[in-house]
Amino acid sequence: MRFVSKSYVRRAVIVAVVAWAAGAAMVSQASAQTRLLNVSYDPTRELYRDYDAVFTKYWKVKTGQTVTVQQSHGGSGAQARAVIDGLEADVVTLALEADIDAIAAKSGKIAANWRSRLPNNSAPYTSTIVFLVRKGNPKGIKDWDDLVKPGVEVVTPNPKTSGGARWNFLAAWAWARDKFGGDDNKAQAFVKELFGHVPVLDTGARGSTTTFVKRQIGDVLLAWENEAFLALNELGPDKFEIVVPSISITAEPPVALVDENARKHHTTEVAQAYLDYLYSADGQRIAAKHFYRPFKPEFADRADLKRFPKLKLATVADFGGWKAAQPKYFGDSGVFDQIYKPK
Amino acid sequence: MSSERRHRPVASATTESTPLRVTLIAVALVFFALFLLLPLLLVFTEALRAGLAGYVKAITEPDALAAIRLTLTVAAIAVPANMIFGIAAAWAIAKFDFKGKSFVITLIDLPFSVSPVISGLVYVLLFGAQGYFGPWLSAHNVEIIFALPGIVLATMFVTFPFVARELIPLMQQQGTGDEEAALSLGASGFKTFLYVTLPNAKWALLYGVLLCNARAMGEFGAVAVVSGKIRGVTNTMPLHVEILYNEYAFTAAFAVASLLALLALFTLAVKALLEWRYGDQLAASNGRH
Repeated sequence: MRFVSKSYVRRAVIVAVVAWAAGAAMVSQASAQTRLLNVSYDPTRELYRDYDAVFTKYWKVKTGQTVTVQQSHGGSGAQARAVIDGLEADVVTLALEADIDAIAAKSGKIAANWRSRLPNNSAPYTSTIVFLVRKGNPKGIKDWDDLVKPGVEVVTPNPKTSGGARWNFLAAWAWARDKFGGDDNKAQAFVKELFGHVPVLDTGARGSTTTFVKRQIGDVLLAWENEAFLALNELGPDKFEIVVPSISITAEPPVALVDENARKHHTTEVAQAYLDYLYSADGQRIAAKHFYRPFKPEFADRADLKRFPKLKLATVADFGGWKAAQPKYFGDSGVFDQIYKPK
Repeated sequence: MSSERRHRPVASATTESTPLRVTLIAVALVFFALFLLLPLLLVFTEALRAGLAGYVKAITEPDALAAIRLTLTVAAIAVPANMIFGIAAAWAIAKFDFKGKSFVITLIDLPFSVSPVISGLVYVLLFGAQGYFGPWLSAHNVEIIFALPGIVLATMFVTFPFVARELIPLMQQQGTGDEEAALSLGASGFKTFLYVTLPNAKWALLYGVLLCNARAMGEFGAVAVVSGKIRGVTNTMPLHVEILYNEYAFTAAFAVASLLALLALFTLAVKALLEWRYGDQLAASNGRH
């Protein structure tokens, strides 16, 4: 018996070649037009889906060019790592200054002074950290000290990989520092106790939300304010409530142009415009709509602004800025490594 | 194996009491239902939660189509490449004797024993911007990591052993008798391979290719590391499922997942068909599955 007839072989080869060529054509077609790659962190998916559509229209009207904005999302630290390893981002919109600093330092693809190139330290919107609890708040969570009560399980991502988690960490510290009259040793003891109540550390904010919401693990989710609102919206206000602690922290998720990549792709102009437009009336309105606190509230819808609760906010400057706080708290054998022992 | 047993009394081969046997069978069935059937059913019920129209919309959405296209492209490159490699490796190992043969067999198995995440990271270390070849590649505008070539490489690494592992035991069992006969009748080496060796192993080959393809399309870990997760560009189907799930688009996530599940069912069906129809020719490899 013959293995296979020759015509069969020929047909199979033709099919394979055509399929391959078609696939290759699709891929190369995508790169033929002007494209921007925005490498972002987890909870901004909905924000940038909206913003990209508006920006594309704006750019078409302004210049006649069609631009396609591509998105990549993940834990902020992991995304920074990918850009360092060669992910061809034209712009990065991450959770933390430290993550963009890491790209600047390790790859040299972003100018060291990136922070001063855009208004408000390159943060077009800010956010803060709040608690998401189950409907009816069965454990009676009101403030940070309720999180370390016996039997309370807290869900937060890993501060080593997630930007949001680092803000969680510092927000808890800020509250404890205020509570214990500025005593950092007592604050550290409190944060250590807090992480003793964490059953699972996901790598990114969205993973933690899913753990809390879908897998029903934990009593409290430490979440970005925007992420908490979004979870409430997407999954029903009949299932969860937001609890606002007495003190939290102003989280500034910064944006930056990846100079070297943009130069290589000849997209510097459109990439810069993409970032600038975040500060426009449209950009600010969209940010507020997606539960980010806009840098210029006057551009936002008043109804959107009303949703943001007023609370006392610490800033990262209270911790000496990210340049000092990052290595001290989250670097190798930093404070987090000392206090957290995986169960 | 049955002819010897057949003339024993018809009583069962085991001595356990009926209740115990029923319990054991029940336990096995319950586990089967709970851990295999239920999740599979769940995938399809969740996928169809928004009705057939919602299902079709979810899998024809541009990003989903791009993911399907990418997955098919990757499989279309990785599977034939690994098929050629698998045939070559199995042929060399089964029909020839050389030094270090067992070492080669161990090497072929390496991807099975390495975590897929590590396989992905290895390529980042080699071809990433900070890796060994990174600066050179970047200077020559060659994209490997976070682009199609990287995904294909990672997939090929992970699915490397499938074809070879199916072919080697069968070919070894068949020995070199047929080939020697062909050669002694004056056939050339290549003709012997084409008309004797390959036909003898064709069903095992098809079986290996099927498994290789299923894994190539379903691979998550290694691909996740090298993909860069750019929507509509470097997202394969498994990655797209995760992304949709993370975006609270649960129905769409399960709709795309159901396509992968269908692929798995199709693979199983063809596998069962092959075993039923050509069981004897697959015997050597069956022993291991």
